[in-house]
Amino acid sequence: MKELSLNILDIAENSVKAKAPLTEIRIDETEKTLTIAVIDNGCGMTHEILKKVTDPFYTTRTTRKVGLGIPFFKMEAEMTGGTFSISSKSEKEHPADHGTRIEATFKKDHIDYIPLGDVVSTMTTLIQGHPESDFLFHHVFPGGEAFLDTREIRKELGPDVPLSEFEVITWIGEYLKEQYTSN
Amino acid sequence: MKSLAELQAIKDKMKDKVVLREGSAQKRVVVGMATCGIAAGARPVLNAFVEGVNKEGLSGEVAVTQTGCIGICQYEPVVEIFEPGKDKVTYVKMTAEKADRVIKEHLKGGKVVTEYTIAAFAK
Ligand SMILES: Nc1ncnc2c1ncn2[C@@H]1O[C@H](COP(=O)(O)OP(=O)(O)O)[C@@H](O)[C@H]1O
Repeated sequence: MKELSLNILDIAENSVKAKAPLTEIRIDETEKTLTIAVIDNGCGMTHEILKKVTDPFYTTRTTRKVGLGIPFFKMEAEMTGGTFSISSKSEKEHPADHGTRIEATFKKDHIDYIPLGDVVSTMTTLIQGHPESDFLFHHVFPGGEAFLDTREIRKELGPDVPLSEFEVITWIGEYLKEQYTSN
Repeated sequence: MKSLAELQAIKDKMKDKVVLREGSAQKRVVVGMATCGIAAGARPVLNAFVEGVNKEGLSGEVAVTQTGCIGICQYEPVVEIFEPGKDKVTYVKMTAEKADRVIKEHLKGGKVVTEYTIAAFAK
C-alpha cells in the first residue's frame, strides 16, 4: 500500500464484514513511532482461522481462501523494526464478549516506513460505504489530536438521515480536517 | 470551529429530500473495495464518484455504493454500473479522472465510455 491509511481502510473493512456494530480506530503517534489499533466487536475468529490470517502461506489450498490484507499490514510494520499483534474471540466461543483487535507499531525514522497519508479520506470512505456501522476514531499526535464518534453524529441526525448522505460525509470530512489544522 | 450542533441544520435541510429520494435511485455505481482494489487506488475513485455525482446533480437518480472483491484483481480498481433494463457495464483500471468522464458521458449523457470497459482491455 502507498499509505498506511489505506491499510487502515482495508483492515477496518474486515471488521465491517464481520458485522461489527462498532469499529474503533486508534492512532497513537509520537515523534519516533506510530501505532495503529483497529478494534471491533464483530463475530471474531476461531483459533484455526486466526493462525491462518497472519501467514499467507499457511493454507495448502490452491484457491486463495484467506486474503492478503493482514499479512501485508504485518509485514509493513515489521519492515520498519516495529511490531504486530492480533487477538480475537469468536462469537461461538465467547457469545457475550467477542471481537478482534489488530495492532501494529511502526518506526517512523526507518527508511521502509510508509507515511500515514489521508486518514480523513479513509474515515469518510468507511462511513460512506457502511452508514449503518459505527466508527470511533481517535488520532493522538505530537501537539494535538483528532476525534470522531459516529454514534454522536447519528444521535444528532436522527433515524431518517443516513450517514452516507453527501452533505453528512462532506461535513464529517471538514470536521476532521479542521481538527488537524487547528492543532 | 465546527460543532455537532451544525448537523441539526443538515438534518432539517435533508428531511424532505430523503423522503423524496427513498428508493428512487435507479442507477447504481458499485466500487470494489477489497484489499486488491484499495491497493490499486479504489479510494480516490470512490471519492470522485461520490463528489462528481453530487456536483452533476445526479444524486437523486444515482446511488454510489461499495462492495468487496469483484474477482478480477488484475483489473482493479473496478467499477460496475447497473441501470434498469440494461446490461451491466464493467469499467476497469479506473482513476479519478476516468471517473469524471464516466459521470459526464455515461451517467449523465447515457453513452458508455467504451475505451474504459473490460471488453476494451481484455482484447
Ligand atoms: N476483524 C475481523 N473479524 C473477523 N474475521 C476477520 C477479521 N479480519 C479478518 N478476518 C478473517 O480473515 C480473513 C482474511 O482477512 P484478510 O487478510 O484481510 O483478507 P480478505 O479481507 O481479502 O479476505 C477474512 O476473510 C476473515 O475471514
